[in-house]
Amino acid sequence: MSNLPSSQTAVPQTHPLVKGEVGPGCAKTDPIVIADSVTRQFGGLKAVDVAHLEIPRGKITALIGPNGAGKTTMFNLLTGFDKPNTGTWEFDGKSLAGVPAFKVARAGMVRTFQLTKSLGRLSVLQNMLLGATGQRGEGLFSSLVKPLWRKQEEENTARADDLLARFKLDAKREDYAASLSGGQRKLLEMARALMSNPELIMLDEPMAGVNPALTQSLLGHIKNLKDDGTSVLFVEHDMHMVMHISDWVIVMAEGRVVAEGPPETVMKDPAVIDAYLGAHHDEDLGDLMEDGPNPVLEAERKAREAHPEIEAEHEAAGYAEPVTPASREEEQR
Amino acid sequence: MDWGNIFGNAVGEIISPTTAAYALAAIGLGVHFGYTGLLNFGQAAFLLIGAYAFAIPTLAGAPIIVAVLSAIICSVIFAFILGIPTLRLRADYLAIVTIASAEVVRYIVTTTGLTDFTGAANGLSGFKGTFAAINPIPQGTYGFGPFTYNEYDWWVRIVGWALVILASVLVFLLMRSPWGRVVKGIREDEDAVRSLGKNVYSYKMQALVIGGVMGSVAGIVFILPRAVQPANYTTGLTFFIWTIMLLGGAATIFGPIVGSMIFWVVLSLTQGILYGAIESGALTFISTTQAGQIRFILVGVALMLLVIFRPQGIFGNKKELSFSV
Ligand SMILES: Nc1ncnc2c1ncn2[C@@H]1O[C@H](COP(=O)(O)OP(=O)(O)O)[C@@H](O)[C@H]1O
Ligand SMILES: [Mg+2]
Repeated sequence: MSNLPSSQTAVPQTHPLVKGEVGPGCAKTDPIVIADSVTRQFGGLKAVDVAHLEIPRGKITALIGPNGAGKTTMFNLLTGFDKPNTGTWEFDGKSLAGVPAFKVARAGMVRTFQLTKSLGRLSVLQNMLLGATGQRGEGLFSSLVKPLWRKQEEENTARADDLLARFKLDAKREDYAASLSGGQRKLLEMARALMSNPELIMLDEPMAGVNPALTQSLLGHIKNLKDDGTSVLFVEHDMHMVMHISDWVIVMAEGRVVAEGPPETVMKDPAVIDAYLGAHHDEDLGDLMEDGPNPVLEAERKAREAHPEIEAEHEAAGYAEPVTPASREEEQR
Repeated sequence: MDWGNIFGNAVGEIISPTTAAYALAAIGLGVHFGYTGLLNFGQAAFLLIGAYAFAIPTLAGAPIIVAVLSAIICSVIFAFILGIPTLRLRADYLAIVTIASAEVVRYIVTTTGLTDFTGAANGLSGFKGTFAAINPIPQGTYGFGPFTYNEYDWWVRIVGWALVILASVLVFLLMRSPWGRVVKGIREDEDAVRSLGKNVYSYKMQALVIGGVMGSVAGIVFILPRAVQPANYTTGLTFFIWTIMLLGGAATIFGPIVGSMIFWVVLSLTQGILYGAIESGALTFISTTQAGQIRFILVGVALMLLVIFRPQGIFGNKKELSFSV
């Protein structure tokens, strides 16, 4: 299914971000990440099988795809949290294949996790301060002498407070992170990652469980990040959000990159519709197109109708609409 | 029953060198488990290494500073041996390796092939000279009531508790710093800390070494009032140290100290009362040997009650444990 050529539709052949022709794995004019033949096998399953992938610098790139497409695995591989079977990749011109996770982060490529990893028995502020880089007080011997790191700690605290205010977490500053709601933990994790001023921030489902009012302001923050020169790569199932803020969309299915393009056109790519619909292959895609502007959302609506129990679960959990069954998926690591 | 004597002995435990040694070992274990989340079930091995690495050079004629450095260096090496293969793996691997290697080192010092060095099952004695030689207290008996000791016993207590205070100050300084924040972060979720650019492996190693050196120094304090006996370093010792740490509160400054005091006072009281009752004929169905064992059964029961009803310990923060993290 994924071998359907994307050129079947009226996708524009060129784009300012792209060198040459637009298509899965196309070269970018200014890439920040370039990955080649990255594969990761779990038993008989090829979770990731990406021949070539480039992520544009200074832009917001969405990585979408149905559950199990390999998005989280790809994140883990790129950031050193998992080892690929094959593959090389470079970040900002430096090869990062085989580099341990903490060095990847220091290089400026910082990620968040689909299943949030807030540090429960540290306060929200301590969580934030942990994100700051180059701290003198983190050395074993210098840590004993407070005058060596007091000033830097104050500067970091000021920055943390600023970020906390932006993420509406300032009232929670002194609370244990464990006392935060799921959505607040997502926010904290993102704010914490920003403490290091990363070159590229990789967000794995940052909006899952965040309430809609806050989603709006978060979208604003992500756009601001771009204005500050940070590149953003994010996994998201909420197509409104993807359409709204991304400059570029990469679609994965069954481990491969099946389509790429600007958000307005990529959703119309038959390979994308194919990837999302899967079993509903025989649906008349034309009908779907007329039903609404966004066939992916439609597909998800249909999926939800087919699985009302998932819907009920969302409601019970107080999840904000629109949710997708995918956003509740457990990360398998 | 001689209640005065029973209480006198119990109160004396508060400042005994053994209490100080256990407190020191528990402070080290607190650095491992309480702050960094390292499951060290072999703290007894660090005490053993401290004891032998101090006693053997001393008996060979080394000055005290060399003997102390030897104890510290040996425990650092042991920490690396434990940590290098396991700290990259999941937490449970360290637990298994520590519990096993603690037994291994105990069997090594007990082997008859090493009798010339370790004294095998008989252990070592006669190593107090260098420590006594630097005692500034003039000969004599000092103190009042239950706290009456000769100059050597005071010297051991003063040095032992000074080391406890030193270790506590060190832990306080470390844990209020960004370094402490990193290791506490590792305790919560090491992948998160890794994703923030911290070398988690290196921090875990540092914590393992620091707690291990404290255990090793505790091993020196422990033998100063007695002989080195390999039978003292069983897993039982490790679990007493765990009890003390949990009793006081794992990630607290005063927890290990007060935990150790309570532990030894209670052990002394129960021993005094049980023995007294047996001798006066009030308890007829057990012997004094059995009474000694019953005390340790009580320790086990107390540990269980503690974990069930006050898992945060005496000084721990209830709120910290009320979350399922
Ligand atoms: N540690 C693992 N062991 C075995 N299979 C895994 C593991 N991690 C992921 N997978 C499998 O790899 C596929 C891709 O998973 P994932 O990357 O989490 O997908 P996505 O994030 O796109 O939903 C899934 O089929 C998943 O079951
Ligand atoms: Mg995922």
